Amino acid sequence: MVTLTIDVSLRQQAFDLHVRDRASVEVLGLFGPSGSGKTSLLEAIAGIRTPDAGDIRVGDRVLFSSAEGINLPPRERHIGYVPQDALLFPHLDVSGNLDYGVHSRRPLPGVAQLRTTLVEILDLGPLLERRVQKLSGGEKQRVAIARALMTQPAVLLLDEPLAGVDRARRDRILPYVLRIRRDLHVPLIYVTHDQAELNAIADRVLHLEAGRVVTPVAAP
Amino acid sequence: MSAETWAIAQFTVLMALLATALTLPLAIAAGWVLARHSFPGKALVETVVSLPLVLPPVATGLMLLWLFGRRSPVGQALDAIGIEVVFTWKAVVIAMMVVSFPLVARSVRSGIEQVDRRYEDLAATLGATPFRILRTVTLPLASRGIIAGAILGFSRALGEFGATIMVAGAIPGRTQTLAVGIYTFVETGREEAAWGLLLLSALLAFGAIYASNRLVEVRQT
Repeated sequence: MVTLTIDVSLRQQAFDLHVRDRASVEVLGLFGPSGSGKTSLLEAIAGIRTPDAGDIRVGDRVLFSSAEGINLPPRERHIGYVPQDALLFPHLDVSGNLDYGVHSRRPLPGVAQLRTTLVEILDLGPLLERRVQKLSGGEKQRVAIARALMTQPAVLLLDEPLAGVDRARRDRILPYVLRIRRDLHVPLIYVTHDQAELNAIADRVLHLEAGRVVTPVAAP
Repeated sequence: MSAETWAIAQFTVLMALLATALTLPLAIAAGWVLARHSFPGKALVETVVSLPLVLPPVATGLMLLWLFGRRSPVGQALDAIGIEVVFTWKAVVIAMMVVSFPLVARSVRSGIEQVDRRYEDLAATLGATPFRILRTVTLPLASRGIIAGAILGFSRALGEFGATIMVAGAIPGRTQTLAVGIYTFVETGREEAAWGLLLLSALLAFGAIYASNRLVEVRQT
């Protein structure tokens, strides 16, 4: 459970993004049609895009604040980001992708244990030596999720993790995501345009349309 | 083929390899800056970088001759610490570097421009510093452009003539390269020796182009 403060104003070509929300959540769902600004909002939280104004906090930690003149670079935000197309580094194998973040910072204590746990939870054992080009869409997502979690992020952003996966396999990935929530206690921001997914996972939902929150509905 | 011909070929390949090795880091830095950054005066820098591509090599050679000569501050400074450049093998390397630099930098730049920036953004969210991103994401993903640039630069260095003859001269056994050797042999009526050098030049050029094409093929599969 973490208190997320999201107050983002971002001018864009198609429409402007204005989202304000503050709540304690385990899984915050972002729901809405394609092009409603969900991905832009994730990129603003991860630090890849800079909002024109606003305030982004995880607990008491300020990631961005136009009022205070704070804009942490992505590498200092400790936000795990899994984009829709996974974006695994094509020149590294699965192991190389997993360990990328570990070699980027001073290794955290217990990282070897974390790796073992992630390989187990996400069922990556048989994939470790594989080239990423040889993975299916669902396998890529699982590797990308593990790669982000290896850096022990304060929040994990998942952008439609099931979008590139066929119906039959969706039901096999969702349990992995639920296990992250249950076993690792990492707060998630979960983007989707599928109501059923949200019902399964989110404890709070922001419904976005054309860059604005339509109704901050609580999931059942 | 005479021992002299072989010696000239060996010297040329060695100088071209050295020039390529020294040009590559500079060209990678320039290619990265031009591909990934915008700053005031960028168009001017781009033009200056490409200048040796369109300038007659002899003119480039004349500038180098002045720059490293005793009358310029650079030449005087080097002279003061006992480094002589003009009409030595160092001048051969410098001439090769200057004329091949634009080709290598352009190839590196287009290689980097083809790398999806989202990979770089993602590496940043994993905690990588800008330098680590360059080293572990951008350059490996741009490797085809970098290797192609290196081979192109090496080939250009092998055939370098105009700038070399100005700044390094054609001193047998000291600064004589393949291209310069062909010219001086013909000038002095030793056509047979010139044909030997021509044959070696053609073989080297063939090898470089063949290697670069093979590399591209291998990486595409």
